[in-house]
Amino acid sequence: MENQNLNLLDRALGLDGPSEPWPLSGRVVLIEDCVETSGSFVLHQLVKRSLSPTSSNVIIFVAFANPFSHYDRILRKLGCNLVTQRDNKRFIFFDMLMLRCPDVDEGKSSEGGLVLLYEKILKTICGLPGDKKDYVTIMIDDISLVEVAANGGSDYVLDFLHYCHALTSEFDCSLITLNHEDIYSSMERPTLILQMEYLADILIKAEPLSTGLATDVHGQLTVLNKGTSHRLGRSGNKIHNFHYKVKENTVEYFYPGSRV
Amino acid sequence: MATTKPRLSSFSRNLSAVSSSQTPGVKCGPNGTMFVSSGIADLDKILGGGFPLGSLVMVMEDAEAPHHMLLLRNFMSQGLVHGQPLLYASPSKDPRGFLGTLPSPASLKHDKSRDRESEQEKGLRIAWQYKKYMGENQPNFDSHRDNKQDYCNEFDLRKPLERHYFTRQRVNCVGIQDSKNLAALQEHCASFLAQHQRNDGSCALAGRIAIQSLCAPQCEHSNMDWEMLSFIKSLKGMVRSSNAVVVITFPPSLLSLSSTKRWQHMADTLLSVAAIPDEDKELAKLLSGYQDMVGLLNVHKVARLNTQVPFILEATTFSIKLQKRRFLVLECLNQAPVDGSSGSSYGTSGSCSGSSKAGTLDF
Repeated sequence: MENQNLNLLDRALGLDGPSEPWPLSGRVVLIEDCVETSGSFVLHQLVKRSLSPTSSNVIIFVAFANPFSHYDRILRKLGCNLVTQRDNKRFIFFDMLMLRCPDVDEGKSSEGGLVLLYEKILKTICGLPGDKKDYVTIMIDDISLVEVAANGGSDYVLDFLHYCHALTSEFDCSLITLNHEDIYSSMERPTLILQMEYLADILIKAEPLSTGLATDVHGQLTVLNKGTSHRLGRSGNKIHNFHYKVKENTVEYFYPGSRV
Repeated sequence: MATTKPRLSSFSRNLSAVSSSQTPGVKCGPNGTMFVSSGIADLDKILGGGFPLGSLVMVMEDAEAPHHMLLLRNFMSQGLVHGQPLLYASPSKDPRGFLGTLPSPASLKHDKSRDRESEQEKGLRIAWQYKKYMGENQPNFDSHRDNKQDYCNEFDLRKPLERHYFTRQRVNCVGIQDSKNLAALQEHCASFLAQHQRNDGSCALAGRIAIQSLCAPQCEHSNMDWEMLSFIKSLKGMVRSSNAVVVITFPPSLLSLSSTKRWQHMADTLLSVAAIPDEDKELAKLLSGYQDMVGLLNVHKVARLNTQVPFILEATTFSIKLQKRRFLVLECLNQAPVDGSSGSSYGTSGSCSGSSKAGTLDF
């Protein structure tokens, strides 16, 4: 980890420390974004970091939003070959683009599809060789589409997320999800997003600047890293805020006004 | 790796302007994407080439003006002119009747007058060429003029498209008003897209799907929020692996705020149209050329397939104008000259965000 170029996001997530144990083990990360500023680039960066040669992470990527080819092309430009990682069983891709939970009319319930998905994830983790089992990262892109797949059954989605959360304590895996915060901001009782924010150990929010979008600064990231307890003691909540500019092969993070 | 960069001469051809030799109406874009034209040259330029194959375009309607129909008509006509199969769904009783309102490509007579204009403009070429240093892609009109299969035709809104273009094989019209739910439409879309499956590398024939006013109140499914979302999600999943583009127009005022956001997130390219009040003296003072404006077009999101880099536009709001009452053009908004006493800046193109006078133009 020390040899890599660490940026502000890495530091905010605690990835600048020792790579063993993986700083995100057993932690839940929630990425929030909106129509104006997509947070997918954070997900891509986390994929890249998780699959770095120095770590032994395995990623289970549950994709509702884009097909494999999309992520493959993007990560390739970031310096990570997903096809190779997939062949090495370090990147397991679940294509959920066409998942549609059966309607109530057909006699089965919406939760059936999500239960099956959870079982599939569990089976995959248990099927991993012993040494890899402790280093699993589950990524879900994105939760709002899980809701659509469940025909609006937010309760089922919450149950599914709680089950996945249980995996973080059972197997020490990390759970990284993305959701669109602006969908819920107009709701009276945005239960799903509130519960997700409560469960999350790290909250990463991508928003536009108050002055709107610009070619030099694509937006701002706010990272809330809730207290961690590690062998050096307990650290309290930390909030980081910085600007970013997304490029093909990297993302530049910088404090406001400090752009070189 | 020591490679010498080719010398950039003023005759260097912009790669993205080269159309795929096998398929008319399709051109290559960055990151392995392929574009089809929206039918409006200005919109293609704004969006960086056109609509990418495999993407979902959504247009948010304005209840006060049917400008989304202008976009839809040009989109459909462009596809038919290129021989691209079309699936059209609408909540009207007679969807097929709509085909009679599609515009036809401009006649040759008009082309000639444009050529003469460009001849005259050659004298101004020296000043014009400075634009290429500002990083704008200036399409070379002259070289495309001879080619009958232009990537993007100029459509004459006063001239209806010839009937032979919409034979039954090429156009399938579906009415969505009477169906109980969206299952039938989904079936149509699935079988249409199955014919345009993308195989590695080759591009058979691009297809276009145009769905008008998806949540229109006269449709039975209009109050089934999750049903509609589910339909859009599966449509998006299907089109992603196909050589087709889907354009859906919808009136956001009929959806809840939360649902509208969900629809917006599902779109790859998101546009909205707005009406301009007829005699707004304030706007007339604010914008130059106000009298010719028919409406406003706002670009909220541009498709980012296979890339994570956002497409940031310098201006996101454009005026829709009809040139000679026939040709659809989109122009950047220009602030009218302000008299010196108020001390404001002069003649800059306004963008929606960040402009101090954005009040009346907020979307």
